[in-house]
Amino acid sequence: MIEIRDLHKYFGDLHVLKGIDLDVQKGEVLSIIGASGSGKSTLLYCINALEPIQKGRVVVDGTDVHAKGTDINRLRQKLGMVFQQWNSFPHLTALENVALAPRIVKGKPKAEARDIASEQLRRVGLSDKINVYPSALSGGQQQRLAIARALAMEPEYMLFDEATSALDPELVGEVLDTMRLLAEEGMTMICVTHEMGFARDVSDRIAYFHQGVMEEIGPPQQLFGNPHSENTRKFLAKVR
Amino acid sequence: MEPSVVFFSGLTASDVWFLTEAAFRTLLISVLSISMGTAIGIFCGWLLYEGKIFATLTLAPILDVFRSVPLIIQLVLFYNMAPILGLNLDPFASGTVILTIYTAALVANVARGGFEAVGLPIRRAARSLGMTYFQDLRYVVLPIGGRAVFPAWIGVALGVMKDSALVSVLGYVELLKASQILITRTQQPFVVLAIAGAFYFALSYPVSRYAAKLEKRWAQ
Ligand SMILES: Nc1ncnc2c1ncn2[C@@H]1O[C@H](COP(=O)(O)OP(=O)(O)O)[C@@H](O)[C@H]1O
Ligand SMILES: [Mg+2]
Repeated sequence: MIEIRDLHKYFGDLHVLKGIDLDVQKGEVLSIIGASGSGKSTLLYCINALEPIQKGRVVVDGTDVHAKGTDINRLRQKLGMVFQQWNSFPHLTALENVALAPRIVKGKPKAEARDIASEQLRRVGLSDKINVYPSALSGGQQQRLAIARALAMEPEYMLFDEATSALDPELVGEVLDTMRLLAEEGMTMICVTHEMGFARDVSDRIAYFHQGVMEEIGPPQQLFGNPHSENTRKFLAKVR
Repeated sequence: MEPSVVFFSGLTASDVWFLTEAAFRTLLISVLSISMGTAIGIFCGWLLYEGKIFATLTLAPILDVFRSVPLIIQLVLFYNMAPILGLNLDPFASGTVILTIYTAALVANVARGGFEAVGLPIRRAARSLGMTYFQDLRYVVLPIGGRAVFPAWIGVALGVMKDSALVSVLGYVELLKASQILITRTQQPFVVLAIAGAFYFALSYPVSRYAAKLEKRWAQ
């Protein structure tokens, strides 16, 4: 499980996260919604230590992420991440994109890494694109490639940072479907998203972020149907 | 002296062989300087990219000096100063040292551009998979940035190959120096220079062809 305690994050003088307390249980799907600039991406970056924090703690399965002695490269293997902008490695084929990390990070033999990669590509529906370079893939396919690449490390948690925001509308569905599939398989997921329909259907809980504060968290029907906070109400009125 | 085959008036087969040997020396000093200079240059480029303030204040001005002072002045200065520093270097060694540093200074800038060409998002993606800093450099930054600046690097390499002609002022008998010797003897400047030029072309053409082929393959 992921435990976040009194997390504070600054960029210089800018106080971006103002004391976040949040637990995510194994198997849970949590969606995070909120206006742009409210600190949603930054929270994800703090969970896998792509950003340092200034106060508080993030604990993943008992390991303090930001503690000095933590082997962060090992810990990140169980925290898969998919970013808003697809980040395929342009010099590698789809298969090589997915096989790279298992090979060099986990030290798997080449053949085994390729097997893992083709299995993951199959899982996201890219079996026919194995030997294609990313430049020949659509945004949606690249984003599914990014998901396969993260899954190949056999993570226990997946962090999605607006995985569909940069996509053309007609490509959003295929990526959301892949994420749904993962959720059904029981993957623990934290999804920053603007897709309210997805959040409502898939999430166990939804958190609303407002100016660096987690205003409200609850099951979809409560958050959408009967939000406690005035800010949540206003935000939802705007996005719907 | 009884030349067996006379190509043009006064130019013998052994003269052509003399030029061929000199071309190999041009190739030797170029390959040595370009490979060592590239290795050092990539390291300097990495320092410039990562070391920010420190490197900008110290390394950058030093590299600027080597980039802006004409190579011929660097060569003559170093060759004549080296003994004062207790180094006894022959023309070949002196030339190699200076050409290496010169290459490094040029490559450092190219390499820095290569590092900068790889966006932070893609590096974050690599790190999020559990790659270490150096795995990210080796498997992500190097191939992506390297390809981005490969044409610029080829330009540097071919330039250094041509500039290696300047080592002739130290008396190292590479192509240009060999040509000068032959011209003095045969009084056939056009023929000799044409042959020397053809040798330079023969050295660089395959490189640029191969580079173009690589670039095309990467472009897909
Ligand atoms: N690397 C950074 N340096 C400085 N400020 C940043 C950086 N990243 C994000 N910020 C700022 O932190 C705030 C939260 O950003 P972010 O977490 O990206 O918000 P969200 O994902 O909710 O849109 C914004 O004001 C943003 O400008
Ligand atoms: Mg964001």
